[in-house]
Parts: sequence; C-alpha cells; structure tokens
Amino acid sequence: MTDEFIPLDGNAAAGRLAALFAAEPTTIVITCESCGREGPLGTLKLYGGAMGMILRCPECGTANLRFSDAGARATMDLRGSSRLTVYGAEAQR
Amino acid sequence: MTPTHLPWRVATVAAAKRESVRAKAILLDVPGWPGHLAGQHLDLRLTADDGYQAQRSYSISSAPAGRPQLEITVERVDDGEVSPFLLDVLREGDPIELRGPIGGYFAWMPGDGGPLLLVGGGSGVAPLMAMVRARTRSGDKTPVRLLYSARTVDELLYRAELEELAAAGDGFELIMTLTRGAPEGWTGEQGRIDREMLAARGFPPDRRPRIFVCGPTPFVEACADALVALGHEGGRIKTERFGPTGDLK
Repeated sequence: MTDEFIPLDGNAAAGRLAALFAAEPTTIVITCESCGREGPLGTLKLYGGAMGMILRCPECGTANLRFSDAGARATMDLRGSSRLTVYGAEAQR
Repeated sequence: MTPTHLPWRVATVAAAKRESVRAKAILLDVPGWPGHLAGQHLDLRLTADDGYQAQRSYSISSAPAGRPQLEITVERVDDGEVSPFLLDVLREGDPIELRGPIGGYFAWMPGDGGPLLLVGGGSGVAPLMAMVRARTRSGDKTPVRLLYSARTVDELLYRAELEELAAAGDGFELIMTLTRGAPEGWTGEQGRIDREMLAARGFPPDRRPRIFVCGPTPFVEACADALVALGHEGGRIKTERFGPTGDLK
C-alpha cells in the first residue's frame, strides 16, 4: 500500500464476501468496536488485494473485518467489530 | 476454488454497442439469471489460456427483467488488462464468465420512494442509469434529478436516451456538466459538481431526498461531503466508489 492508494468501499468486496455471509453482505450493519459507529458494510473502506481484504471504519480507521480467500478456504476475522446486524429485506433498502 | 454460494455463470454476448469515444454497452444473455435490483453490480472473470485469471466488478446499467437480461457499460482504462479485451476483442456470441447480482446497499427500486437525487461521475452513471430505466419501465413517477459529470461531451454515456427521457417531462430532470471544456452551443453546466451546483440543482434537504452518489473515490467523497455540508442526512446518502481494482484479484 502506498500513500497514493485510494480505497474503494465495501460494495466492491461483496462478491467475495458472499462466500461466508448468508445475508447480502453490503447491507449487514457493522458496529465499530473502537468508535461505536454503525453503518452498512457497503460504507466501510476497502483495502487489500488478491490474498485478502481489510474493511476499515470510515470514521476512525479501525479494521472491522479481515477476509482471506486464498486457496481453497475463505476465512474471516471480525476482531474490531462489536456487532453485526441483519435487517429484513424491506428495511435494507 | 474459493467456497462461494454465488456461482459463476457463463453468459453470452448478445450485442456490443458504442456509447462514447471510450465506452461500449455490452448486452449479455445469462441463462438462469435470478434477476437484479437497480444499482447492483456483477463480477466478471476472464481466464487466459495459461490459466491466469483477472476479475473486475461492473455495475449493471439495464433495468431489471429485460431481455437480454443484462447490460454493462465498459469504459476504457488506459493500461488496463480487462477493459481493452472487452472493448476490442469480445464479439457477439462470445461466452464470458460472471457472477451476481451483487450488492443491496446501493440499490433503489420503484416503490422505495423519493425524491431521488442521483449524482454520477464518469462511468459512475451506470448504476444510476439502471435506476432511471427501472423507473421508466415501471411507469413510476418518483421525482428524479440526475446530476451527471463527464470530462468532455464525447465521453457522455447514454446521452440521447437521457435527453429523451428528460424531454418526456414526467418528473425526470437531467443536469449534465462538463469538466474539461464544452463545445459551442452547450446548454448544460460546466465545471465539477460542487456544493454550489448541488445546492442550485439538487433537491433541498427539507425534501429529504434519497441520494445515490457513484464515481471515482475522490468524486464520491467530494460530493458526499458537500451534501452533508448542505444539510442532507448522512444516512440518506448512499455511495459507491470505483477505481482501478487491479490489485483486487
């Protein structure tokens, strides 16, 4: 990662995250363990690359979710998130 | 193989048509496509003869339930490894792998309510186009304003279709702006979308519009900041950033 790196957002991570989430990934509300911000996964900042992805809180920069799908396994580390909330389909939009 | 419950499907190119000097609309037939919401995207995967794979995300620019099922709009990325193939090599009848639909946060469908303020930069207009088309197709009358910024008039996507929809006078308003000079006779805006333009041409905060902003990351952040400064609620501003994702697998 260089200083010029401009992060995308959680929307761009959703295709790969679908391997582990039962709900549509971008609408899952993540609560940041550090600053308490609550927001849909689609609003988090995306860093990373082919080996794995890190989604960070757009307010405080804390890594809320780390995801790796290298090789034949997909794994997620949720340290940095205090809560994941899934709303009904109607409430998601 | 990565475990996934979002399967890769083989689509067939139904047609490819030039949309601007830098972009084509690619129409795809996808057997078994489950349907999509306006604003969703898909992942597209190319595999070279030696097994090397490149994957990119593209917004779906067609309304749901069309035929062919999907349209994506591909803009040339200089030195890109996927867009030159899609623009220069891919032909009608060719197969191509994709998975989707993806997303749900950045989505709007007729019935979700409005008014709707759509703010697009460059090819970021693609998912917004799906929303405009979905509204038209369903006969929905939600008031919609599309603020669309392109560098030059040659780079405007869907221009004829958008102007025709705006001329219908059914509540869809189109505001186009050019950031790198306008041709003689241009009656649209000029310059970047900023706080002043959003105040003058967008909906005021007290109408509580639903807002969707899509474009390159700096564009999205500048627009979202300006909208918040104007008094729009952060929770009503939905954003989707795109950019070179060559390092994203």
